[in-house]
Amino acid sequence: MLGLNKKDATFLLIVVLLTLFTPIIMQPFAANSGLDQFNGGYPDLMQKVAIFGIFAVGFNILFGLTGYLSFGHAAFLGVGSYAAVWMFKLLTMNVIPAILLAMVVSGLLAVVIGFISLRRSGIYFSILTLAFAQMCYKLAYSVLTPITNGETGLQLALSDPRILDGTNESASLPVTNIFGLAMNSSYKVEALNRVFTFNVGFYFCGIVAILAFYIAIRLFRSPFGMMLRAVKTNQQRMNYMGLNTRPYTLAAFVISGMYAGLAGGLLAAMDPLAGADRMLWTASGEVVIMTILGGAGTLMGPVLGAGVIKYLENIFSKINESVLHSWFHWLPDGLEHAVVWVFARFTGEGWHLTLGLTFMLVVTFLPGGLVEGTRRIKSLMARLRRPKAGRTEPKADDQPSPFKKPL
Amino acid sequence: MSNSLLTRRGLLKTSAVAGAGLALPTIFTSGAAAFTNEPMGGTVTLGFNVPQSGAYADEGADELRAYELAVEHLNGEGDGGMLNTFSSKVLEGNGILGKKVQYVTGDTQTKSDAARASAKSMIEKDGAVMITGGSSSGVAIAVQGLCQEAGVIFMAGLTHSNDTTGKDKKANGFRHFFNAYMSAAALAPVLKNLYGTDRTAYHLTADYSWGWTQEESIAAATEAMGWKTAEKVRTPLGAGDFSSYIAPVLNSGADVLVLNHYGGDMVNSLTNAVQFGLRDKQVNGKNFEIVVPLYSRLMARGAGKNVAGIHGSTNWHWSLQDDASKAFVKSFGTKYGFPPSQAAHTVYCQTLLYADAVARGGSFNPCAVAEALEGFEFDGLGNGKTLYRAEDHQCFKDVLVVRGKENPESEFDLLEVVEVTPAAQVTYDADHPMFAGGALGDCNPGA
Repeated sequence: MLGLNKKDATFLLIVVLLTLFTPIIMQPFAANSGLDQFNGGYPDLMQKVAIFGIFAVGFNILFGLTGYLSFGHAAFLGVGSYAAVWMFKLLTMNVIPAILLAMVVSGLLAVVIGFISLRRSGIYFSILTLAFAQMCYKLAYSVLTPITNGETGLQLALSDPRILDGTNESASLPVTNIFGLAMNSSYKVEALNRVFTFNVGFYFCGIVAILAFYIAIRLFRSPFGMMLRAVKTNQQRMNYMGLNTRPYTLAAFVISGMYAGLAGGLLAAMDPLAGADRMLWTASGEVVIMTILGGAGTLMGPVLGAGVIKYLENIFSKINESVLHSWFHWLPDGLEHAVVWVFARFTGEGWHLTLGLTFMLVVTFLPGGLVEGTRRIKSLMARLRRPKAGRTEPKADDQPSPFKKPL
Repeated sequence: MSNSLLTRRGLLKTSAVAGAGLALPTIFTSGAAAFTNEPMGGTVTLGFNVPQSGAYADEGADELRAYELAVEHLNGEGDGGMLNTFSSKVLEGNGILGKKVQYVTGDTQTKSDAARASAKSMIEKDGAVMITGGSSSGVAIAVQGLCQEAGVIFMAGLTHSNDTTGKDKKANGFRHFFNAYMSAAALAPVLKNLYGTDRTAYHLTADYSWGWTQEESIAAATEAMGWKTAEKVRTPLGAGDFSSYIAPVLNSGADVLVLNHYGGDMVNSLTNAVQFGLRDKQVNGKNFEIVVPLYSRLMARGAGKNVAGIHGSTNWHWSLQDDASKAFVKSFGTKYGFPPSQAAHTVYCQTLLYADAVARGGSFNPCAVAEALEGFEFDGLGNGKTLYRAEDHQCFKDVLVVRGKENPESEFDLLEVVEVTPAAQVTYDADHPMFAGGALGDCNPGA
């Protein structure tokens, strides 16, 4: 189906289903159950997971396949956001042209940065991309302030032209939409003591993410993807064989830059504001962490990683001391304060510590990321099932015997 | 999958089912809500969105303390603080409209993006009916825009830019804090008396909305009294070290340095300036002077001895001797062991003013709240008689001109009030050119 083999088709189907039911899956705890703090099924978080999923999938096309570690991908995200907001200001509040322009502009920037940076590989490539991204960030703050509005960030104004939308009679800012369907409108369904929010913006992001994911699968399975993997394995050997790898790596770089631009455009489409902070090196680092946490080089890994990090960022950072006190109020006073103090280091503004610990544990014990974790659990389950079958019909070969060792 | 046949009848059937499916949720929706996050149960949730990291983290922490205190007082716990001195008496200490006040907090990181994400999750996830906070004008403007779109009230915290209630003003946003124009209007006469009319100023300015408008306001006010402006240099927010910006000041021929910085930036730039010996220099036959237009005690503490004799303006100071200020300092001091900063004061007032407006308007509906706040005159919140102007949602009240103390008695006693500039002197027309270019728009109740 769709040019995919059976395994990939089922995989894609699972991703589609997961996306469709995200508003339900991310709302597992009933209201007033005490655990509803951990519910993540609200539009902003769901949109962010989908958008950063796209960002990470795109990053993985470069890093996972060719092994080129870019430390400057946030530049494309930021440029995409700026392009999209300008489209909202000048042309129309419809998100389609904004997202298209975001991809085009970030693609062009990727051609320039990639053309120069890809002359080097390894750490030099990483440093070059980092330098370019920081330059973009600084430019957005200083010289380009007329375009970026500096620290305040680029925002919509009532007086913007928006030539395609006609004159705005109401005194409030228009909202982003897709052919009239507003991005921020949502259906709320109350059932099972939970409120499920089905948000237009999220489903739009979700559909775009599925498309992006599908293209990534096709890329991974294509001869082009194979070529990229060969670059990762041994680029020198390919060069000795008389093959010029530069066009392939540059193509991968541009594609992944356009994915980042798409993500940036979507961010602006969900919330029409673009700030230079999106281009800061920490933002570039975040996508690297997402990809590695989930599993670099795998299809699902980056999406998983993006989900985990955005969830931690939004849910753990909200657990302040008063919430902790309400959880542990049943403990004796002195102990309560001690426990709350310890937990407070890892929640609220200390959520970075939780993220750091998770990252360390994953990298140490699961070098393949969360995807390797699920794979290990699967094989563990399989191993647990096998001995049962073995007991009824033991085989002589299974017996460990010292004499069988080759001498 | 490949052999699915599309017939007319089949298509009709599926679309009917799909249509029913799409229509179904509307039956279950809680369509009764008249506005965004209408509080249904016995509680109401407010969102406190403050910087807990970044250049303004100190201010954010103090704001959070004041918010917690305000919530206590609204719920009838503690000693009631400024509720007892507030001229409006509709708040009874039983929450707001009988609903117990709860709150959620978020970290703005002093970044527009993060602040909006955090405010969004408060509105979408926690059901906050009002968002308040912000220790940076960039952030306040960004969050104010978000609240306008989402249909909740935004009670601005520490934001001093003219734009917040100027070109970026919004119908759902309100500001109690004073602004750059008011600082300039209050400071200029004092500076004239102190330093004369023949001076040349050099501006170092934080490069964002607040810095720009403060630089514009101060330059306009000082130039009106005869000063010249040598140079206006923009510095990035959170630069850390300002040595490279201070060095050129000496060769510029300027004899006054205006530091349009706040928070950690001001602490660093002032310390750098003093270390370079600027204050011991003689330029054009006059003593070199430094002015910090927006002052706060937290910054004074950070900069230590360097603030001695330096003038600036502030919204409020804990050493004020009116009943309201004393009551607030007492209840804040009892709870936390030290006096509140102006940031704490303004957000405490904003929380009380919001609660009071809800009680007077009889509804949490943003439009009812806005109506109750517009043109509201009150007293007893530490700033004397104050007006919430309807045209731009800006409070008009007295402005304090302060000076760093030469011999502080304690680590909190760092500033002394030089002059209380009456509200009339800092009032401007709603269509003043520095505030032009925006429109409040209509109040948005969301839903």
